[in-house]
Amino acid sequence: MEVKLPFLAEGVEECTVTYWHVAEGDTVEEGDDLVEMQTSKAIFNVPSPAGGTIKEILAGEGDVVKVGDILCNIEIGFKGAWILS
Amino acid sequence: MPRQCRIMYLGLCDYVKAYALQKRLVKERIAGKIPDTLLLLSHPPVYTIGRGGTREHILVPGEVLEREGIKVYEIDRGGDIAYHGPGQLVGYPIMNLRRHGSDLHKLLRMYEEVFIRVLAEYGVEAGRLDRYPGVWASYDKICAVGIGVSNWVSYHGWAFNINPDMKYFSFIIHCGIRDKGVTSLARLLGRDVPDCEIVKAVAGHFGDVFNLQLETGYSAAELSEAVGI
Repeated sequence: MEVKLPFLAEGVEECTVTYWHVAEGDTVEEGDDLVEMQTSKAIFNVPSPAGGTIKEILAGEGDVVKVGDILCNIEIGFKGAWILS
Repeated sequence: MPRQCRIMYLGLCDYVKAYALQKRLVKERIAGKIPDTLLLLSHPPVYTIGRGGTREHILVPGEVLEREGIKVYEIDRGGDIAYHGPGQLVGYPIMNLRRHGSDLHKLLRMYEEVFIRVLAEYGVEAGRLDRYPGVWASYDKICAVGIGVSNWVSYHGWAFNINPDMKYFSFIIHCGIRDKGVTSLARLLGRDVPDCEIVKAVAGHFGDVFNLQLETGYSAAELSEAVGI
């Protein structure tokens, strides 16, 4: 699943990656902070849209990214085992 | 029908304790366990450096900071270096921004609007400067703003100068801006204004700007447990 930079504010087309909270291979849950972005007087932590594993990080700290750019790829999955009933 | 917002006035509160409280409330707000919450407080003298700042914007040597008892913290806030100290009213709104427009810059403009209205009550004409967030009386900043957002819940917020010791601003390049000044309500009016008066005015205008019904919502015991005061 691709995680893209969402709309942050009217008139803001790009912002800077300031900090990755996660690394490739980490497991995350829905809503976890993935990456911190900065625009003017605001920092924004992009939340994980789903639970899973970080497969690939596509924007490095210091990079300028545009709204809609892919920040990372997540392999959606469950931490626990499937229970079939 | 305005939604509910809890308001907590903490008085003078250690920066680290207040930061921990913010983080805890952000988690609780994300989980939907608490309504929007506004923390109002002041800090003992500290410099906080946001993600856009650098220690190079501190103009005095470390010994001066030590002598004055000023601590320095690098934090996850937008913006550059800021001074916080007694005589300010700092505000940390912990709000679900999905209910307030989901727009980071609109949020900053709304914080500014609160203080433009508060200052108008005192006959002070204040406004915005293009490309320089915050509230300005002429070319002097009277209220600094800077926010963090996690899972579309806000933290950090503003620092409004009621009557702080202005010398602490001269030790730094406040907000990283070299060619503009800093002022306070007391300096503009030529008299001090009690904190409680400002708290009341800010709470009122904050409720109006965000269409929230403000309620005091924490017992002394809860506060004590939350921040250790």
